[in-house]
Amino acid sequence: MNYFFVLTLTGIAAGMIYSALALALVLIWRATRIVNFAQGALAMTTTYIALAAIQATENYWLGFVVALAAGLLLGAVAERTLVRWVEAGPPLNAVILTLGLLLILEAVVPMIWGAQIRSFPAPFSIAATQIGDRFIALSPFNIFTIAIVLVVMVAMLLLFRYTGLGLRMRASAFAPEIARLLGVRVGRLLTFGWGLATLTGALAGLLVAPTLLLYPSNMDAILVYGFTAAVLGGLDSPVGALVGGLGIGLALSYIGGYLGGDLEAIGALVILIGILMIRPQGIFVHSAERKA
Amino acid sequence: MRISAARSPNSSARPKPVLEVDDLCVAYGGVTALDGIKLEVPTRGITAVLGPNGAGKSTLLKAIAGLIKPLRGRISYNGQLLAGRSPEDIVRLGISMVPEGGGVIRELTVDENLRVAQMWRRDGRDANRAVSEVMELFPPLAQRRHYAAHSLSGGERQMLAVGRALASRADLLLLDEPSLGLAPKFVALIMQTVRRLCAERGISVLLVEQNARSALSIADEAVLLSAGRTVAARSAGDLAKHEELWHAYLGY
Repeated sequence: MNYFFVLTLTGIAAGMIYSALALALVLIWRATRIVNFAQGALAMTTTYIALAAIQATENYWLGFVVALAAGLLLGAVAERTLVRWVEAGPPLNAVILTLGLLLILEAVVPMIWGAQIRSFPAPFSIAATQIGDRFIALSPFNIFTIAIVLVVMVAMLLLFRYTGLGLRMRASAFAPEIARLLGVRVGRLLTFGWGLATLTGALAGLLVAPTLLLYPSNMDAILVYGFTAAVLGGLDSPVGALVGGLGIGLALSYIGGYLGGDLEAIGALVILIGILMIRPQGIFVHSAERKA
Repeated sequence: MRISAARSPNSSARPKPVLEVDDLCVAYGGVTALDGIKLEVPTRGITAVLGPNGAGKSTLLKAIAGLIKPLRGRISYNGQLLAGRSPEDIVRLGISMVPEGGGVIRELTVDENLRVAQMWRRDGRDANRAVSEVMELFPPLAQRRHYAAHSLSGGERQMLAVGRALASRADLLLLDEPSLGLAPKFVALIMQTVRRLCAERGISVLLVEQNARSALSIADEAVLLSAGRTVAARSAGDLAKHEELWHAYLGY
């Protein structure tokens, strides 16, 4: 198969994972104007929890559900117990807090589960798909990755667009003080928003681990890619998270394929700097329309 | 612009107040914003709070709505003390505030702005009915129903905000400068609607205004604030007659 085509397919599959993490960052940014640098570490933690559940029950899907539930809970608890105290303060406090949370999680997790690199099961084969005597670069697991992230994105879209809960969440994110005057319990919705974001991040963690393995810092690079994707799409835009994730996935796949795998991380940083210099508000956000 | 002559004829026939504020003091970072404010809003009545910029009018409304914690003082609504309650809970008691500029959520559509304000009700109230009610009260909004609120004119925005508060079935409206920056015909429409609904639905209004003339034309009671203190409190008709009093404080 054409090398470019292979790189494109694998780029899309990887890009969907970056999209999921970018969406998690976007959800939290929209709700609380905080960039959650602990997003990757939270996902790593929920993936360890999933591994424990899978090993105890020998059922992948149970671990999958446990990880998502743990994400919902962990995000909600983090908002209620930690983030709430810095939400009103200067932005730098929140940045330091989420960085602190990242360090704590990456220290506490190896205390519980050890620091060694672990393999993590995939629900479908991670080998290239064979159709007749031809191979397609996308593995069944890649196809699952693309499908599940799309499902989660559509679910989020439906939630925000068409449900009362979503309307209240948008109201709380756009104008918290006005929303409170309209009887919306903004505090609870922020907690739920952090839970939902961390659930999305947990999904990314589950999708990363089968190919990149599981260890306490396994999400660090993915966080950089996800953050770059979120900035590319515009930190305020869930659609931007999807497009940004795909864009970064493709770009890194081409960089890795044509220029060498070592350059992927540098490539992401170069892209990030480029976006910040040329279009810091991202592709999908009209900066003039924001801020009210 | 005298709109209604219906006011309480004398103080002895005055109904029990729906809102009583007594000795209210608020400070921002050590700077006193309100100092011993006392006022009442009669049931089914309109109390106007007049005063120049910086007199503490908005602060007063925010303190009642629960957005600001007072230093001391008593705010009592239908006999219940409001101290320590969150804005979300105060809304649930039946107090609805329309902040300065309307407080519409710019990113949401007109329809969504109206719906989100109905959501705390658990009594199965039909949000559609609330929406169509506001469209009836303020027909210009009907064509704008599915547009984002940031595309509305100032007048439409204010109609949306006042309509939203009315549709939420509040018993007490706190209106912060609803006439600010509006064309006279919008001011008249909003003031007339507010006055009419006071009579029809038995709601009461605390109206903060710089536009003393239009506020006094619909108010029953009036309070004049200056630098965080009450400098006059009397019937609106009486204050309207003593123009020199408000001219001295409002500067026009």
